[in-house]
Amino acid sequence: MPIKLPFRPRRDSVPSDLWVQCPGCGEMLVEKQLEKSLRVCAKCGHHFRLRASQRIALLADAGTFQERDAELVSVDPLGFVDSKAYPDRIAAARATTGAQDAAAWGTAEVGGIPVALCVMDFAFMGGSMGSVVGEKVTLAAEHALAARVPLIVVSASGGARMQEGTLALMQLAKTCAALARLADAGVPFVSLLTDPTTGGVYASFAALGDVNIAEPGSLIGFAGARVAAGTTGEALPEGFQRAEFLFAHGFVDLVVPRAALKETLAGLLGYLRPRPAAARREAADA
Amino acid sequence: MPDRALPPVDEQALAEAVWSRVQTARNVRRPHTLELLGTFATEVRELHGDRFFGDDPALVCGFATIDGIRVVFVGHQKGSEVQENIRRNFGMPHPEGYRKAMRLFRMAERFGLPVVTFVDTPGASPDAASEERGQAEAIASSIALMTTLRTPVVTVITGEGGSGGALAIAVGDVVLALENAVYSVISPEGCASILWRTPEAARQAAVAMRLTAGEQQALGVVDRVVAEPAGGAHADPETAARLLGAAIAEELRRLTAIDPDALVTARYARYRAIGAYTTTAEPARGPAPDRRRMTERIRDLLRSGRTVVGQAEPVARSEEVDG
Ligand SMILES: [Zn+2]
Repeated sequence: MPIKLPFRPRRDSVPSDLWVQCPGCGEMLVEKQLEKSLRVCAKCGHHFRLRASQRIALLADAGTFQERDAELVSVDPLGFVDSKAYPDRIAAARATTGAQDAAAWGTAEVGGIPVALCVMDFAFMGGSMGSVVGEKVTLAAEHALAARVPLIVVSASGGARMQEGTLALMQLAKTCAALARLADAGVPFVSLLTDPTTGGVYASFAALGDVNIAEPGSLIGFAGARVAAGTTGEALPEGFQRAEFLFAHGFVDLVVPRAALKETLAGLLGYLRPRPAAARREAADA
Repeated sequence: MPDRALPPVDEQALAEAVWSRVQTARNVRRPHTLELLGTFATEVRELHGDRFFGDDPALVCGFATIDGIRVVFVGHQKGSEVQENIRRNFGMPHPEGYRKAMRLFRMAERFGLPVVTFVDTPGASPDAASEERGQAEAIASSIALMTTLRTPVVTVITGEGGSGGALAIAVGDVVLALENAVYSVISPEGCASILWRTPEAARQAAVAMRLTAGEQQALGVVDRVVAEPAGGAHADPETAARLLGAAIAEELRRLTAIDPDALVTARYARYRAIGAYTTTAEPARGPAPDRRRMTERIRDLLRSGRTVVGQAEPVARSEEVDG
C-alpha cells in the first residue's frame, strides 16, 4: 500500500521521491527504485500491480502500441444506485485514474511479432468487467481473427461489474464466444493472469489461453477465499488461490517473474503461429 | 386482465414485490429439473459422470423426449428436502458437474440431438475443492463450448440463475425464463455484502440488479417469459410443467428447422450484441437507463409474464406484493 499521500489526480504523476511500503515484506521502498525494478520488490520479489499504461510499456515493443476504440465509455443501463449512483462511481474512477474504463486494447508488436493486445486496469473500479471491458476484449479477439495475429490479454480484475447486472454477466459469453472462434481458426491466444484475476474474468476469457501465464504471487480464483473458507469450515491450503497454487493444480502453464515476461511471450509466439486462413471459413468469419 | 389495486408506492413496496419473486424462485417445493421433465417429458434417461473425476448430483444430464422430440437435457438439480439438498449441494455444481455437461453437449452435437438446459442454482460451488479442480476453467470452457455447438440449444431459467455457475449451461439460441425465476450477476446477498457492506441490504440489491424475469426480458437477456400458475410453480407443479413443456416444444420445432451453421452464426450475434455502452462521440446504444417512477416499475412487475404468454390463465397476484 502507498503511504499516506495527498489527493492526486493520476497515479502516473506520483513524485518519484516517495516511499512505498512493500505488502510482501514490509520494507520501505523508494518509488524511483521501484519503478526501475519494474515495480517488483528487490527484497522479497513482491509484484506490485501495474496500471494499463505501465503494462503496455512492459510488454509492447517501444512505440508500437496503437490504441483502438479508446472512446468507448460505460452507460448506466439499470439506473443502478447503491450508496452512490453508478454514473458517479464511473466519474470518480475516471478522475482518480485518468482512464475511461478498466481495459484498453490496441495493436502492437512483441519482439517484432504483430499482436492484438488487451490490458486490464485494476485501478479502475477494481478492474471490473462491464459492457465496455467485454466489448474491448471481444474487439481485440475479432481483430486477431481478422488480421490473423496472436491475441494477448492481460487480466487484472475482481470479476464482473455488479452495477451492470446480467449485462455484465453476458460479457462472459460474449468474450468466450469470440475466443472459441479464434480457437477454431487456429489463431493463438495467450492469457496473462496478474494480481488479482478472480470471479467472472477468470471464469471466462482469462482461463482459456492456449497458454496461460501468471505473475508470481498473483491472487487467481473463482470465489473469494473467505467464501471458500466459510463454505467448508476448514483451513484453506497453504498459498490457496495464488499463482503457484494454480500452477501446482495444472491451470497455468508457467509462473513467470515480471522481468522475464516479455522474453517469454516473444519466445512462445515463435511457436504459436496463426494458421493461414482457409478459404471457406474466411468469408463467414470476416 | 384488470390491474388490482396497487400497494402504496414507495421503495418498500417495490422491494417487497421483487423479494417475493426471489423467495418464490428459491422455494424448496418449486419443481426442479427432474420433476419438470418427469411431468412433460417421456423416456427420461439420466446419464452420469464426467469421465475425469466423478458424478455431480448437483447437475443432472441425459436424454429425454419432449412432445415427440428427442433431446439431450442438462440442468441444475436442487433437492426438495434437507437430506437430498445436502446430497445435491443445494444445486451448486463442482467442476465435474460442468465437465459432465460438456460431455453431453458434445454428444448432442455428435448425434444431432437438440439441447435443452434448465438453470436453477445459487451459483457454482465456491469451496476449496472446486478451486483445486478448476471451477473457473470448467465454467469458461462450458460457456465457450456452448457458443459453438452445431445443434439447437434451448435454455430455461427455471428458478435461480446465479452468476457464472448459471451461465455455464445457459448459452442458448433462445433463453426462456419462468415467470418467478430470477437471473443475476451475483446473489442479492453477495451484492449487498459488497456494495452496501451488509447482507441485510439484499432486498435493495435485488431491486437494483433488476433480476426478475420480466426485467431480464426488457434488458434482452431473456427472450421469453413463461407464465406460472397462480401462487407460483410450487402451488401447481403439473400446470407449471405443462406450460413450460409446451413452450420448449414450440421453440425446439422452430430451431430444428434452421441449418446448424446458421444457428451458430445467430447465436454468436445474439451474445455479441449484448452490452450497453456509448462513445465519447456518439449517443448511447443498448438498453436505455430505466428511470421510470416506482409506480410503473411495480405495475410492470405485477404484469410480468402476462403479456408474453397469451394462453396463460388469469391469476390473482396479491401474494406477490405481500412479501
Ligand atoms: Zn518486499
